[in-house]
Amino acid sequence: MSGETELSIKNLNLWFGNFQALKNINIDIPKNAVTALIGPSGCGKSTFIKTLDRMNDLVDNVKFTGEVIYKGRNILNSDTDVVELRKEIGMVFQKPNPFPKSIFDNVAYGPRVHGIRDKKTLNEIVERSLKGAAIWDEVKDRLNESALRLSGGQQQRLCIARLLAVEPDVLLMDEPASALDPIATSKIEDLIYELKKDYTIIIVTHNMQQAARVSSHTAFFFLGELVEYASTIDLFERPREKKTEDYVTGKFG
Amino acid sequence: MRALRRSRTRDARERLIQLILLVCAISSIFAIFLIIVFVFSQGVPFLAEAGLPFLTGSVWLPADSFAAGTWGIFPIILGSLVVTLGAVAIGAPLGIACAVFLAEIAPPAIRRVLVPSVSALAGVPSVVYGFFALLVIVPWIRGQFGGFGTSVLACWIILSIMILPTIISISTDAMRAVPREYKEGSLAMGATRWQTIRSVLIPAASSGIIASVILGMGRAIGETMAVLLVAGNSVTIPGSIFAPVSTLTAQIALEMNYATGAHQQALFAMGVVLFVFIMILTGLANLATRRRVTF
Amino acid sequence: MAAKRREMVPMGLLWGAGIATIIILVVILAYILAEGLPLISWHFLTANPGVRGQTGTGIYSTIVATVAVTGVALLVAAPLSVGGAIYLNEYTRENLLRKVIRQAAEVLAGIPSIIIGLFGFLFFVIYLLPYTGGWSVLSGGLTLAFMVLPISLRISEEALKAVPGELREGSLGLGATKWQSITTVVLPTALPGIVTGLILGMGRAIGETAAILLTAGGAIGLIHSLQDPCCPMTLYIYNILTEYNDTSTAYGTAAVLIIAILAITFITDWLMNSYTKKLKGL
Repeated sequence: MSGETELSIKNLNLWFGNFQALKNINIDIPKNAVTALIGPSGCGKSTFIKTLDRMNDLVDNVKFTGEVIYKGRNILNSDTDVVELRKEIGMVFQKPNPFPKSIFDNVAYGPRVHGIRDKKTLNEIVERSLKGAAIWDEVKDRLNESALRLSGGQQQRLCIARLLAVEPDVLLMDEPASALDPIATSKIEDLIYELKKDYTIIIVTHNMQQAARVSSHTAFFFLGELVEYASTIDLFERPREKKTEDYVTGKFG
Repeated sequence: MRALRRSRTRDARERLIQLILLVCAISSIFAIFLIIVFVFSQGVPFLAEAGLPFLTGSVWLPADSFAAGTWGIFPIILGSLVVTLGAVAIGAPLGIACAVFLAEIAPPAIRRVLVPSVSALAGVPSVVYGFFALLVIVPWIRGQFGGFGTSVLACWIILSIMILPTIISISTDAMRAVPREYKEGSLAMGATRWQTIRSVLIPAASSGIIASVILGMGRAIGETMAVLLVAGNSVTIPGSIFAPVSTLTAQIALEMNYATGAHQQALFAMGVVLFVFIMILTGLANLATRRRVTF
Repeated sequence: MAAKRREMVPMGLLWGAGIATIIILVVILAYILAEGLPLISWHFLTANPGVRGQTGTGIYSTIVATVAVTGVALLVAAPLSVGGAIYLNEYTRENLLRKVIRQAAEVLAGIPSIIIGLFGFLFFVIYLLPYTGGWSVLSGGLTLAFMVLPISLRISEEALKAVPGELREGSLGLGATKWQSITTVVLPTALPGIVTGLILGMGRAIGETAAILLTAGGAIGLIHSLQDPCCPMTLYIYNILTEYNDTSTAYGTAAVLIIAILAITFITDWLMNSYTKKLKGL
């Protein structure tokens, strides 16, 4: 962990119509580390990470103020190229969503869309990405099979491989293991632990044990506010806020 | 390192694509607009000149100039209505019954035959239906009941067959959409299948069923080729169901290729009348699907 | 028990309705095919019709005419309907414009073919005479496009709607533009439905007569350009039946028509089923 900041969020407020989903969020996300976002359902965690790759733009009636500084510029500006942004900041969703295409075509999708056509290059990228997602050995002999034949856990790792193929800096994960069985979940957690060496990862999770296992920093969201942000050990063992303490000890949630 | 500024050319290209697609989307509206403008531009002036006697007069003696002809299409309008209503009277019960069968009762093996059969019936060209009717139904009527065979009855038979697919497919969809809980609730109270169908399923699906019948009516009144071949095309009020008849569609088709001047405009006027009927039917169908029937 | 017995009558009627429908189809198809199939020979399909009234010739030029007219109709209707469906489903929410367009398509689908023929006559044959050549393949095909458009539009829209939203999110999340997402993910997934819609529209065009009657011209010679008048198979059946009472050629032509339509429908169904299975990895 280098101690550098990858993303710096300042005074972020967001409204869906009249409903304020994010209230004055200020947080610095460290580079090449795993930051976990915890909190009860509907408290803005998913909304928060969707702001970071501008996926909230797809929703009607969204308004936001504040700044998200990434690589020296505020990516919330309207002159930001969101298409390019999403190559740098990628997202894995709760429910794996592989395209109804072959495994190869799924991983090659990103590079192809960005103009890479050379077969040899694509082959290299696909292999490297599948290895990076710890799924190469399981699929290397059936790259031309439909991705929909994979199990849930494999599909999710495929989605991660798909993301790695566009070479992002930041990986946003919205409850990536909540739809998976325990074995698949632990595989994903191992993968996250490996990936953090090269990528900045922000993971939304309902599972506090998971947050404790994989992350170095944790942020606790409640009703759209960032209540507390600290190193994972500090947040769980020595929470400063009462609400945080109530949540991590299971008094509500 | 990738630049994070918006690409103006890519934005412009995406916006151009969106514009092209918008134009494509508006084409349906534009199409109707064109049709109405052109057809009405010919038909409405004639209607204005001919006035009410056009719709109520019984003598049809067209000519090139307005003054030289007699313009009464009442028998033709009546023909369209008679032929349509009869077709629906036969086709709707048969179609709805078949739809119930398909939705509720048919075992999978029969369903596998029946569903493609209905699609196949829908795919048969209207001229082939008319051809079949001319060579099979018309001689049969002639043999059994005398006359020429080309008659109201022949139209009723063939048109009822032709509207079956419409009624069956839309009614089946309507019945399938009825929530299972309604049917299960009825059966759980000890009602039989037929009682459930009659008192729960059909009323619940009634708006869809009614819409299907109205759409079937629209198809029947708009059918040209089959009617042209078996109606007899006599501009008279049919004395019996074995007598020949003429419909708006058939009359237009019959005379359009050699009509000129006022005659041609009169045919367009008939087209306008037909169009108005269709609009009324479409409006009724919409009303039927919008209203929630309580039972 | 008595209830069960009383059931038998209505149940029997319902069964009867279902079976009757199958029987009706079988009777009609059997009749046409029984009389018409024997006439179909290589000669029948490849020779041109002779001088009016002459029997024992072929229907080649009418087949070409049907293909040409249907081709023109599809060429115009396909991009408009698929493009329109893409716009409605991918670029708009459920708003007024969408409802109006949908309603317009419904209305268009319900307009009797003879009225569309009247319009086609005025617009394409008369008004656009210098471009269409009057009564011609072009006039007929363009008129038919008006009938193919609403069918294809409605079915394409449904096919697009059925594509799950997560696929679009996944694609955009990887840095694809909206149009890229549509062409590389959404359209391939919706393709079976879209093709089915186009085939259904095509079936309508192949079987249409009334509109053709007023716009195609009816000349039975082999066409050399799109501006030549032509006589598609459906019109040919009508003409030789009413003018020459040539029932045998009519049967043959009808048989060819039915077989063509059925074959196209079945092959397309099978192709699209295979494609869907391949997509799902089954």
